[in-house]
Order: sequence, then structure tokens, then C-alpha cells
Amino acid sequence: MSDLQTPASSAAAGAATSDAPVSATAAANASSAQATGGRTLLPRNTLLRHLLVLVLCAVGAVVLLESTDLGFNAQIGYVAFYAIAAGGLTLLTGLNGQISLGHGALMAVGGYTTALLLDAEEPLPLVVIFLAAVALTALVGAVVGVAAARLHGPYLAGATLALAVGLPGLALYFKETLGGEQGLTVSTPDRPEWFTETIRTLSGGSPSGVKWIAYISVACLLVTYFLLANLMRSRVGRTWRAVRDQEVAAELAGIDLGAWRVTAFVVSAAAAGLAGAVLALVVRLTAPTAFTIVLSLSLLTAIVIGGLGSLFGALVGSVLLVFLPRLLRDAGESLDMDAAQAAEISYVVYGVILVVVMLFAPAGLVGSVRLALLRSRARRSAARG
Amino acid sequence: MTRSSRRLVGLVAAATVASTLAACGGGDSGGGGGGSEENEASDVGITEDTIRIGAHYPLTGVAAPGYSEIPTGVQAYFDYVNANGGVNGRQIEWIYRDDAYNPTNTSQVVNQLVLEDEVFAIMGGLGTPTHNAVTDFLNSEGVPDLFVASGSRLWDDVEEKPTTFGWQPDYEIEGKIIGQYVAENFPDAKVGLFLQGDDFGEDGAAGAKQYLEDQIVAEETYVPGNTDVRPQISALQAAGADLVLGFNVPSYTALSQLTALQLGYDPQWFYSNVGSDPALVGSLLARFSEGAVSDASLLDGVLTTEYIPTVDTPDNPWIQLYQRVWEESGQEGELTNYRAYGMSQAYTMVQALQAAGQNPTRDDLVAAVEQAGADWEGPGFAPFRYSEDRHAGYSGMLVSRIAGQGSEELTPVLVTDNGDAEIEEYDGEAATPPESGIPDEEPVN
Repeated sequence: MSDLQTPASSAAAGAATSDAPVSATAAANASSAQATGGRTLLPRNTLLRHLLVLVLCAVGAVVLLESTDLGFNAQIGYVAFYAIAAGGLTLLTGLNGQISLGHGALMAVGGYTTALLLDAEEPLPLVVIFLAAVALTALVGAVVGVAAARLHGPYLAGATLALAVGLPGLALYFKETLGGEQGLTVSTPDRPEWFTETIRTLSGGSPSGVKWIAYISVACLLVTYFLLANLMRSRVGRTWRAVRDQEVAAELAGIDLGAWRVTAFVVSAAAAGLAGAVLALVVRLTAPTAFTIVLSLSLLTAIVIGGLGSLFGALVGSVLLVFLPRLLRDAGESLDMDAAQAAEISYVVYGVILVVVMLFAPAGLVGSVRLALLRSRARRSAARG
Repeated sequence: MTRSSRRLVGLVAAATVASTLAACGGGDSGGGGGGSEENEASDVGITEDTIRIGAHYPLTGVAAPGYSEIPTGVQAYFDYVNANGGVNGRQIEWIYRDDAYNPTNTSQVVNQLVLEDEVFAIMGGLGTPTHNAVTDFLNSEGVPDLFVASGSRLWDDVEEKPTTFGWQPDYEIEGKIIGQYVAENFPDAKVGLFLQGDDFGEDGAAGAKQYLEDQIVAEETYVPGNTDVRPQISALQAAGADLVLGFNVPSYTALSQLTALQLGYDPQWFYSNVGSDPALVGSLLARFSEGAVSDASLLDGVLTTEYIPTVDTPDNPWIQLYQRVWEESGQEGELTNYRAYGMSQAYTMVQALQAAGQNPTRDDLVAAVEQAGADWEGPGFAPFRYSEDRHAGYSGMLVSRIAGQGSEELTPVLVTDNGDAEIEEYDGEAATPPESGIPDEEPVN
């Protein structure tokens, strides 16, 4: 019992002092605590455990996509690209303590790379295109990261904000290649034969372009989360946490703060690049108006509402981002509001929900649930003596 | 009697009237279907007694002022048609959703409209970058994509986008008509161009240059979103331009006017149709100047173009019809030019649905616009350019001068086409709306 008690009570104690940075990132800390203990049927080995979860999620995703209609499949694509970008951002903000308001612009890099490469006469295989998008965005991320590593808090926010505002403007400047205001249309890559066959055996239906894109998006999401989860549980993840929580202690332990901050930014940018690539496929267009500051802020909203530092939290936040405004709008319309009023009201209610979550669950939805679980576990084990 | 059963009785009554009229060989309630057949659910989005049409508009965000009024105008006209029996006895269900002028949202809501709401057709989707995100999807799904609310030339592409149709005159022919007017009436003017940095500005400038190449002394471009236009306006002033052509959206009409006022620059202004709505520009002027300029009086004497009737001509029979329709719809607010635009599009849509026949498929609707669209009489001053090879909208417009809250026409209706087509006076009569206010087109098949 003792191995269970130690991490649980320390996390609860951290929250009890209401030390803001610790409790705000409770979602990140708690999950690592869970990995070391708790009654779980999952294997102890991190890689094995993550592989098992990956397989389960993949099966779950196929069941979800095949048991719902095409309209829902289409929405899943949107959840996927938000979640991929939010996953990268939550690593940066939740684990490493850096804020970025520029992830929308990094997504634009991935999106435009994909659009340009897919437009070729003989387009490269999709995997290669995605890797190129990831690599190029990671490169941009490295450049930004070097600048970012020297900045803190509001200064970092300001610098990345400039990126978010400035970068989409390049599309207007290089109008000939990047399509200007009206953007580049992205053609759906051809469905391979095996995909059509598999879907036919699975559900009997004939797959459409929408379904093919939904599967690509979900596959990208799962692979990204698998890789990020492993990274977060590794020595790298622990180092990032150390940099976030105690700079002096980390430096005394021989950690090069700047270098580790840049790595976090690069990994995070790579995820944003893939998210942009998926966005290009899902939206079928890359245009500057799609990558405004609003996109960057939405990503930040998703990870804060879900729980900073938790991939599951980022996913929950992204689901809310896609489905909540829609549910609110439908609710408004069923109350006999006209579409314009319902659309306006949905933003107000969305904002109110955000404020309420921040007030009553500062660790985000996932973080708060985990904290509550840990507290009750700690109480139980304390009672048992 | 409960509310729903009253509604049911109303529906049955309306359907009875419509079918009776249809049996009498077509009346003024749109029953032009021949009468012998019965209504069937002939395609996605059509049932025996409903037909579902969808659209996307910016209802929130920067593009919402003005544009968010368009769907309320469409709603009012469809309500009017429905109250008078609908189209071939079918009630039009009109679903529009907010995309906040963001292409990501547009593709999301159009997915929803097509895959979940299962609309028969999309109508009047607004904006160039926004609508550009969904044309491939709509065409690959075979959904009719009628009357896009943008003057871009992207919508006239029969090969690549066989179901997409433009509606308003494109920016290039508008540029040509403006260019010729200026060349003829201001032959000594030094012309400056004030352009939005996208295809709107480019196409407009390309059209104007066909007639003004020698007169243009400066060409300044702004990036939408950047609200400081002082560099552009001072450059026009420095180049000595005494006539400025603006291909810009309404907010930049207001900004350019205020900036010119600050700089003491007073050329003859000529704004394209998109940027010249006096009511909206007036309210924007008041807001941007924090009350220092309270109305559109700055726009007095400004030149612009028109292709459908505007609300400052209350004697126009179309505006009288729209006024009646708007009052009957009971929605809040006044009839505005944006609502009149929506009603004009809705009128064209009803023509298209009637021409598509009693039990149309999506292909029938596209074929109907291609075959009959060029002959439709409606609110537009000039005819459409629709055919099997062309999906371009109205072929012309007239030049007018803003005077107070009204405007005076300076030219007859001028019609032309893209490229080096000649500009000619339109010799047709201005159409008046039918007595009932609802078109009565014969099915094409």
C-alpha cells in the first residue's frame, strides 16, 4: 500500500496549498503519479501500456466511425486536427510552462506545405507529404523557439502573438504561389483500393471521400498522441517538468534550460504542423482567414478547459471546441431564436462556461477529476491507516 | 385548437389551393408543374410537401454588419412564397448557418448542411475565400451550388465546377463599365485606384484598365484587416489623383473617407457597388469617427454602380413588393439594401425551382438554370449570362450618383461580358414583378 500512498498524498498536498502553477497543471502531474501506482490492469511498462491503449483506441475509433453517419464522421476530422495541435500545445504549456499564441500560424505552415505538395502533377505519397509538413513546421518552430527560450510570460505571449498575426500575411504577399486571400484549394487524395475493400467488409457500405479523410485524421491523431505520451513519460518529459517548476534546481542538476525549452517548442511545432496538414485535408482549403489569431486562442482554450498538460484533457477540450458551439446553437434555435441570435448567444454562453470552469475547476475538467480521485484515494488509504 | 393543428390545417389548405391551381393549368402560386403528376420525394432534400435549401453567412464577427441581414431577407421572401402555396405545393425550408467568415467554419457548416440536414441545394453562400472552401465538396457530392454571393470569377467554371453558379455581376465587368464611364465623362481626370488586395481589387482594376490605362496615375492596395489606410490615401494624394476608383468593402469606404478628410484630400470618389451602401457606410462612419461624422453626408456626390433596385427608390415596383413582403414577415428592423439583395436572390431561386419541374432531381435544377436562366425576368436590371457553357451571373449594371439618402441614375443599363467584349446599352424593358409577387416559370422539360 505504501507505494500508492506516497504519490497520491503529495499531489493532494500540492493542491491543498493552492499553489497556482502546481494545481493548474495537476492534470499533467497526476497522470505520472498514476503511472507509478494505482490498481490498474494495464501493464507496468510504459511502452507496453501505451501500445495497448493505442490498440484499444484504434478499435474504438473504427467502431465509432462505422456506427455513426457521414455527418458525424466529418465532424471527427475537425476534432482530430484541433486535438493534434492542442496535444502539442499542452506539452509546451502544461509540461514546459511556455505559452504560445502562435500555434495557429504554425498550423498554417503545415497546411500550406500540404496544399502545395498535393497540388503537384504526380503528388508524393500522403505519408511523405505529412512528414514534409511536420519537418518544415518543426524547423520554423526551432527558429521561433530559439527566440522564445529567452522570453517569459507576457513577453513570450507577445512574441508568439506577432507570429500569429504576421505569418498568414505572407500568403497575401506571395500571392502567385500561395493563392492570396482566396487561398489554395486542396484536392482529396485518392482512396487506395485496400481502404475501400476493408470498409466494405467492415460495414458493407461504400466509403466516400469524407470517410477516407476521417480515417486519415484519426490515424494521425492516434499516432501523434502515442508518440507524445511516450515522450511525456520519459526522461525528456521529466526534464521539461523540472524546467517548468524549479528553474534554479533544474539548472543545479545540470539541465540546460534554454536548450530544453527549444526542444519543447520544436516538438510542439511539429504537432502543430501535422495538425495543419490534417486541417488542409479536412477543410479542403488553406486560406489566411482560416489561420487567424482566433485559431491560436481556440487551441489555448481547449487545453485550459480540458486540463493543462494532459493529452486526454486536450482531446476533451477539442471535442468541446467542435461540438459545444453547435449544441448551443441548436439549443438556441429550438428556443425559437433566429439563426443570427442563436449564433451570437452561443458565443456568450461559451464564454460563460469558460469562466465557470476556470472559477470552479482551475485544473481543467480532466485535471479536476484526477485531483478529486487522488484526494479520495488518499483519504481512503489514510483511513485504513 | 392547438397551435400545431392550426398549422397543419393551414398547410393542408395551402396544399389544396396549390394543387387546385396546378390542376387548372398553372396559376400565380407557382403551380406550373403540368398538374397530372403527383409530388414525389424525387431527390435528397425533397419530400412530397417540402424542399430544403441551405446557406452559409457571416452572422457573427467582422463581416457580419450588413451581410448578416441578407438571410433575413431571403427568409421573408420564402415565407411569403410558402404562405401563398409554396413551389409546386412544396414549402421551402430555409436553413442558414453562421461561418463567421472563416473558411474552416464554412466547410464545417456546409458538411453539416449537406450530410446531416440533407439540403437539396445550397444557395447564396457568401464570400470568396469562404465559399471557395466548399465548391469542390459540393460539386463532388453533386449538390447544386446556386447564386454564390460574391463577384469573383471563380464560380463561372463549368468544367471544374458544373453545379456552381454565380449571381451578381462579376468584378471585372463592373471594372469595365466604370472604366468606360470615367474615360467618357472625365477624360482629363488623373485616376487613382484604391484596391482590396485580392481578386476583388485585381479583377476590378483589370476591367477598369481596359479603358483607363493612360489616365491612371497611382494604384494603391490595402490588406483586409489592416485598418490604417493613411499610407495608401496619402500616396494617391501625392500622385495628384483627382478621381479615385475604390474596389473595396464598406468598412474601407468609411476608412478612406475619414482618412481623406483628415488629410484634406478631396477628389471625386467612385466606389464599386460592394462598398457603397449609404446606410451601412453611414453607420460605420459614425462608429469609426466616434460620432464626429454622424451620417453618410460625406458620400454626397460619390459615384457608384447598381444592378438591382435599391431601397432609396420607394416607387420602384420591386422595392414596393419587397416592402410588403418584409412587413408581412414580421421580422425586426427595416427593409435594407442587404435584405433587398436577399429577396432578389430568393426570387431567382424560386424561378429556378419552378423551371426544374414538378419532381426535380439535383441535376434537373442545374439543367434548368443552364437552359432557362438567361431568359428569366426579375429584379435585376440586366439578364443573366447562364448557359450550358457559362455559369456567370448578371451581365450589366448602371452608373449612379449618391445624393442624400437617395441616388440618381447617370447612365442607362450597360451590358457587357468578360475579356474584350464591347459595352452596349441594354435594349430590354425593365421587368416589373407579377401581380402575385411570385414568379411563374414553365418547367424546362
